Amino acid sequence: MDLLTLLQLLDSTVRLATPLLLACIAGLFSERAGIFDIGLEGKMLAAAFLSAAVAYTTGNVWVGLLAGIGASLLLSAIHGVASITFRGNQLISGVAINFLAAGLTVVIAQSWFGQGGRTPQLAGAARFNPITLPFADSLRDVPVIGPIYYELISGHTALVYIAFMIVPLTWWVLYATRFGLRLRAVGENPAAVDTAGVSVVGMRFAAVMICGVLCGLAGAYLATALQAGFTKDMSAGRGYIALAALIFAKWKPWPCLGATMLFGFLQALALRPDLIQRTLGFSVQTQLLDALPYILTVVILAGFVGKAIPPKAGGEPYVKER
Amino acid sequence: MTAPAIELKDISKAFGPVQANKDINIRVMPGTIHGIIGENGAGKSTLMSILYGFYKADAGEIWISGKKVEIPDSQAAIAAGIGMVFQHFKLVETFTVLENIVLGAEDSGLLRPSLARARRELKALADEYELNVEPDALVQDIGVGMQQRVEILKALYRKADILILDEPTGVLTPAEADHLFRILENLRREGKTIILITHKLREIMEITDTVSVMRRGQMTATVKTAETSPQELAELMVGRKVLLQVDKKPSAPGAVILDVQNLNVTDAKGVHRLKGVSFQVRAGEILGIAGVAGNGQSELLEVLGGYEKARGIIFMNGEPIDLTGTKSDGQSRRARGIAHVPEDRQREGLIMDYAAWENTAFGYHHDAKYRSGPFMNNAAILKDTEEKMARFDVRPPDPKLAAKNFSGGNQQKIVLAREIERNPDLLLIGQPTRGVDIGAIEFIHQQIVALRDQGKAILLVSVELEEILSLSDRIAVMFDGHIMGLGPAESANQIGLGCLMAGMGGDDTRSMTGWDISDAAKIEAGTPSLADIEKNLAHAGTAEKV
Amino acid sequence: MDVIPKWADVVLIPVISLLLAAILSALVILAIGENPWEALKLMVDGAVGSTYGWGYTLYYATNFIFTGLAVAIAFHAKMFNIGGEGQAVLGGLGVALLCLYIPWPHWSLALLGATAGAALFGAGWAVIPAYLQAKRGSHIVITTIMFNFIAAALLNYLLVGALKPAGSMEPSTGKFPAPTHLPSFQDMFSTADTVMFRGAPANVTFFVAIAACVAVWALIWRTRLGYELRAFGHSESAAKYAGISPTKIIMISMTISGALAGMMAINNVMGEAERLVLNAVEGAGFIGIAVALMGRSHPFGVFLSAILFGFLYQGGAELALWTSIPRELIVVIQALVILFTGALDNMVRMPLEKFFLARRRAAKPKTKLTPAE
Repeated sequence: MDLLTLLQLLDSTVRLATPLLLACIAGLFSERAGIFDIGLEGKMLAAAFLSAAVAYTTGNVWVGLLAGIGASLLLSAIHGVASITFRGNQLISGVAINFLAAGLTVVIAQSWFGQGGRTPQLAGAARFNPITLPFADSLRDVPVIGPIYYELISGHTALVYIAFMIVPLTWWVLYATRFGLRLRAVGENPAAVDTAGVSVVGMRFAAVMICGVLCGLAGAYLATALQAGFTKDMSAGRGYIALAALIFAKWKPWPCLGATMLFGFLQALALRPDLIQRTLGFSVQTQLLDALPYILTVVILAGFVGKAIPPKAGGEPYVKER
Repeated sequence: MTAPAIELKDISKAFGPVQANKDINIRVMPGTIHGIIGENGAGKSTLMSILYGFYKADAGEIWISGKKVEIPDSQAAIAAGIGMVFQHFKLVETFTVLENIVLGAEDSGLLRPSLARARRELKALADEYELNVEPDALVQDIGVGMQQRVEILKALYRKADILILDEPTGVLTPAEADHLFRILENLRREGKTIILITHKLREIMEITDTVSVMRRGQMTATVKTAETSPQELAELMVGRKVLLQVDKKPSAPGAVILDVQNLNVTDAKGVHRLKGVSFQVRAGEILGIAGVAGNGQSELLEVLGGYEKARGIIFMNGEPIDLTGTKSDGQSRRARGIAHVPEDRQREGLIMDYAAWENTAFGYHHDAKYRSGPFMNNAAILKDTEEKMARFDVRPPDPKLAAKNFSGGNQQKIVLAREIERNPDLLLIGQPTRGVDIGAIEFIHQQIVALRDQGKAILLVSVELEEILSLSDRIAVMFDGHIMGLGPAESANQIGLGCLMAGMGGDDTRSMTGWDISDAAKIEAGTPSLADIEKNLAHAGTAEKV
Repeated sequence: MDVIPKWADVVLIPVISLLLAAILSALVILAIGENPWEALKLMVDGAVGSTYGWGYTLYYATNFIFTGLAVAIAFHAKMFNIGGEGQAVLGGLGVALLCLYIPWPHWSLALLGATAGAALFGAGWAVIPAYLQAKRGSHIVITTIMFNFIAAALLNYLLVGALKPAGSMEPSTGKFPAPTHLPSFQDMFSTADTVMFRGAPANVTFFVAIAACVAVWALIWRTRLGYELRAFGHSESAAKYAGISPTKIIMISMTISGALAGMMAINNVMGEAERLVLNAVEGAGFIGIAVALMGRSHPFGVFLSAILFGFLYQGGAELALWTSIPRELIVVIQALVILFTGALDNMVRMPLEKFFLARRRAAKPKTKLTPAE
């Protein structure tokens, strides 16, 4: 495989990994605070739809982005109220939210646009367009570095860069700020936080809202950057892959980047079966590549690659001890 | 006249029909240690929860240093200078000691300066009060004694002037408890006010200046510790003269039923819990295992009950028990004639959501007389339950009522009836009267003695030394996974037992008890003085029935 | 104390939750410009207004009975089996293999064989997540979700490759041989003069489903295994004391659960499609979750809820046919039901508790306040 093909593959990886990364970090905030979220899928889908719909209607992708975040926040609020206020079963709530999004997006899309449950194609300013970083063109011919800069690093849409910057930001928030300390504490032992005079409910809602914003970014990216419009079920299981990546990364920010890049790479590979044939000498079925992230997650969970210990108070509603 | 550090006036709190606190009045002067003693359910925890802002009192006022305060939440309590050290620690195990102390009391949005300041203050506090901790150790890696010190430091870091400790010595070894008391004395010397909640009379006598007794939600008395005695306090706690003796004939032991040889247990975390334990129990005798909780007694019961793995040899009625199996041998134990009343009836002995009749079959659900064809014979089980309830005076005698709706004493009777009526050769019984009211306690003790008189072997485990002394024919003392000493109950006395429970072997103890003392464990600190020995009795349990 | 009487817990709460879901759905219908009453009438008409409608309703209900029972029985052991979807896919594989490669002389034998195959394959797909939960503590919810996706990929692979008949373009197996045809309701209930259930896919599997309900009920409340299952679900620590092996319970409950989910395939793969296609299961595994929640994990409740959801499914199809309301509205209703009965359970329960407590206090004269126990 030559450098150019490799770069194209990696370029594809980055583009495919971005929604995974955003959703994964979203889940990170929520689960570290003790709220399990298997509704990442639904939130992404809802955001994808509303961002595309509003972007099309207003002609402005940034307004669309805001709308998408709004949709995701709404679902986050439902999950928060069910899990925190009403101390309900968080897994069931997540499942419900996924269905809700899957159903509502099509119903509303059909009613709004009448195109069988999709939005019209997005174009121009209603989409995120590739950004050419400075000097990309002039550096293009420099050996090795030039193509890397031109192909791989430059030329992505805004959300890709934002996603990558969110990783160190997340790390900093979690480990160097008071908010992060409290957030991590509330997922391990909420009673410790409560008796220290900090609101458990407040922290958890904050985490859930952050999750909503990031899922909003992930979903909007799908419909306005990766593709050009919303189609039914377009999230295609990415929310679950992001969850798998989160477990794979053992709930830490930088490994989240690694895990989502790995899964993005697998997705990119699945689009280029000819490459595998050429490099490895035999063909790997696409279905196997599709299934690989899930298989890998099961392997991780089985503890074959070290123990994956979730936040101790995860999934449990907090009830004051009498 | 100085104002009291903390004063409660006519505090009342009800939960539905249950009056948890009624007209509580307490006054604690600064620089003193005030004890609050009472049985389980007397209302102590509710009171403390009100003080810490978890509950709002229905009526009454809280005054701190002569000023009325409102405490709607924990933040207000902290602001008022109240610090609470809970019975179950509120620590984040994956954080360091420093992070736990700083949590919620950070100076600013950024962590680094807060941690730095905390580190400095910690050093100062440690030097002043003997509160030694390792700031960078993870809480999950440090021992219980240090964890408790972290809890105390949390309160002090927040400038608490009033410290409330809820049953602090439950999880501590005697040495750690001593260290705690030294810390409390240091704090008192510096003018801090301490409220100590406990059900242990010895602790009250040892370290408090004043003590309040709570019973059934009300304060029955407040006295100066120096002017009272354990007997008087026990009476105030319970409401009548406490019956300590059980009527029993001398035992006539028969054949060896249970023969345990060199039993070793290592728990899931790799800690060696039972270290070569050997003993025998004969038909028609009660062997009482005394000791502070956590010295291997629970593991012993679990192994005998069939849900913990062990290495060693156990003979039951002369036949060996296979210890190499899985951790689910409860059924085979029962088949061998071993019945088990577990230490924790709510977590193990009963399914709280099952009805009483379903619980009667629990553990014996494969029994032929509970079956009819491939199905369970619910009618038969129901009838059996009715009869058991009548014989054991369970109230209310409703087999269909869920176990969680019975009182502690009646729950215990359901478990006891089930196990005793199996006519076992060996009855294992742990903490038989924990959380049980006085009337039921006497009944349960009588049942145990009656079983023994029928020629059964009984292994009794209890942290209440009085219970051990009054029921047992022979006594074994466990400490740190060893049997420190074993001998007849007649020649045992509290002081001798106390030594053994504190880990002391040696000639002095031998002469005190006249027993064969194991040399296997001598405390590293050397032979303690008599004063220390008496102190260790504090952790041996006391006369009151909890 | 049990504040809420049993009947309220079992019937009132699910009914109220259903009502809330219905109201919200009506709002959605209004929002997209349709009339909820008309929609309801259409649904009722299309789903239960004719034997044709009933034929579809009961057909779907049969699917949901199996997947609902699967979730319900695992839930009694506190195992949350979200893998019904994947287990049903594998059940379909089992059915397909048995129907295609064994020459059955009569449909009754084929039914027995297919049932065994479906149950075996479905159970097999649940065994690995069960084992990982029992022995390695891997959370069963996550592993079963993953296995759903792996099952889909596996099915795709097989239908595009090994099981596809030569020369065929669509990803599916060949048609099952004629002797494996299960009698449909039309076959069973029509007479020479009147044709009933014309063209509807409901078939004899419906009665297998009812038998399964009875069997599961007996298992859970009348056998020792059921006793142990429920005990473990209530308290793992107590179960260990009683000599009940956690590993055994987790494995058995998930195996039976997987088998039940797999058995759904008899209905759709053998009874209706008579071939194995890609989207055979079509979300029935997830609807099973809603059905089990609404039915409070009781087989009779599951039966009723399954019929309700069958009604919704068929009604939704009719709606999609005659109005601009897409089929996905049913997914919304399903989501709302899951939300209210499963996650927002307390939202309905807490006011009810207050209501019953107040009623009890009003009924009794002022009692002497008892001290804390």
